[in-house]
Amino acid sequence: MSMDWLQTIGQKTLRFFQRTGRAVIFLVHVLSGLKMLVQRPRLLIRELYSVGVLSLLIIIFSGLFVGMVLSLLGYVTLVDFGAEGSLGVLVSLSLVRELGPVLTALLFSGRAGSALTAEIGLMKATEQLASMEMMAVDPIKRIITPRLIAGILSLPILTAIFMAIGIYSGFLVGGVWLGVDEGSFWSQMQAKVDFQHDVVNGFIKSFIFGIVVTWIAVFEGYDAAPTSAGVSEATTRSVVHSALAILALDFVLTSIMFGI
Amino acid sequence: MRVSKSIEIMVGVFVLLGFIALFLLALNISNVSSFGANNGYTVNAYFDNIGGLRTRAPISMSGVKIGRVSQIAYNRQRGQAEVSMTIESQYLLSIDTQASIYTAGLLGEQYISLEPGAEDDVLKSGDMITLTQSAMVLEEIIGKFMVDLTSK
Repeated sequence: MSMDWLQTIGQKTLRFFQRTGRAVIFLVHVLSGLKMLVQRPRLLIRELYSVGVLSLLIIIFSGLFVGMVLSLLGYVTLVDFGAEGSLGVLVSLSLVRELGPVLTALLFSGRAGSALTAEIGLMKATEQLASMEMMAVDPIKRIITPRLIAGILSLPILTAIFMAIGIYSGFLVGGVWLGVDEGSFWSQMQAKVDFQHDVVNGFIKSFIFGIVVTWIAVFEGYDAAPTSAGVSEATTRSVVHSALAILALDFVLTSIMFGI
Repeated sequence: MRVSKSIEIMVGVFVLLGFIALFLLALNISNVSSFGANNGYTVNAYFDNIGGLRTRAPISMSGVKIGRVSQIAYNRQRGQAEVSMTIESQYLLSIDTQASIYTAGLLGEQYISLEPGAEDDVLKSGDMITLTQSAMVLEEIIGKFMVDLTSK
């Protein structure tokens, strides 16, 4: 009985290492398709549309409301100290450093990552990938590479849009509605937010999240059991693992970039 | 596989939006921008201590914002901080204007407050405000207060 229990642990551990190894080999294989992608950029355009453009709406609305909530709550707290002039700094720094990259990546994994996993998983379940191989087309290079690159390119663009919309909607609530002085809102923001230190680091974060989220999404799809239950399981795993990876990585990156 | 024209247009708009957002982040939100309204004139002032004054801090006259701090440097010969202020051209300052550094609110940013003088002549670009009052540093005030308290 106890041997069975030990055996299960060993099996699970080995399976975990095997999966990790498979994911790395898979990534190398996907990146080897880059040359083909340069020759056929049209493949990328189509994926940029389905991964990036279709995620635009949810990003714009989330940015709008996150900025508004942040500004409202920040005002309520700061006004007690007579420091509501710092509202712009609070809104912009929290959006640029943390909320922009993290929330966009979480939304992106829900909106685009899950779709990628389901699409690729279903392709595998309906043996489209296998039939491509029969036609001597490498399905990884043809199907996966454009999707991975589109994801990596889209997330920083979406993050930039999220940040800008969040800050302007924060100004809408703080400056126009609650009556914080427009000059101190913007001038303190411009004095405190450093392009190199804050904006660029925010983009490095979102670039790393883009790689991780899309990698997880396409790998889960490609590694899914070729059944309907397998695809649904893979989609769930893709979103859950992406969220965990984003939040854990965010802590590491923040402590490297902004820690003491 | 043909990619339809509308998809190409949408992707183009998407990438362009990204660039516009980045542009806004760079110029409007962080401090890369240096070409704001440049239709003013510059006057300088020396302060013993500027406290936490930063470039782009507002300059006010009777509470009305009339310009911004454009440059802060340390002048070694005088041993004082040299502050350049860009004043909007419609505001004229008499030559005996007094400049003081104040703090907005308890925790707010520091700004320069100008008090008008009585002279008829006005400052021109590059002129110097000679009457200045340094920023109040909380530690100094507390220090003086402690000395007063113990000497009694």
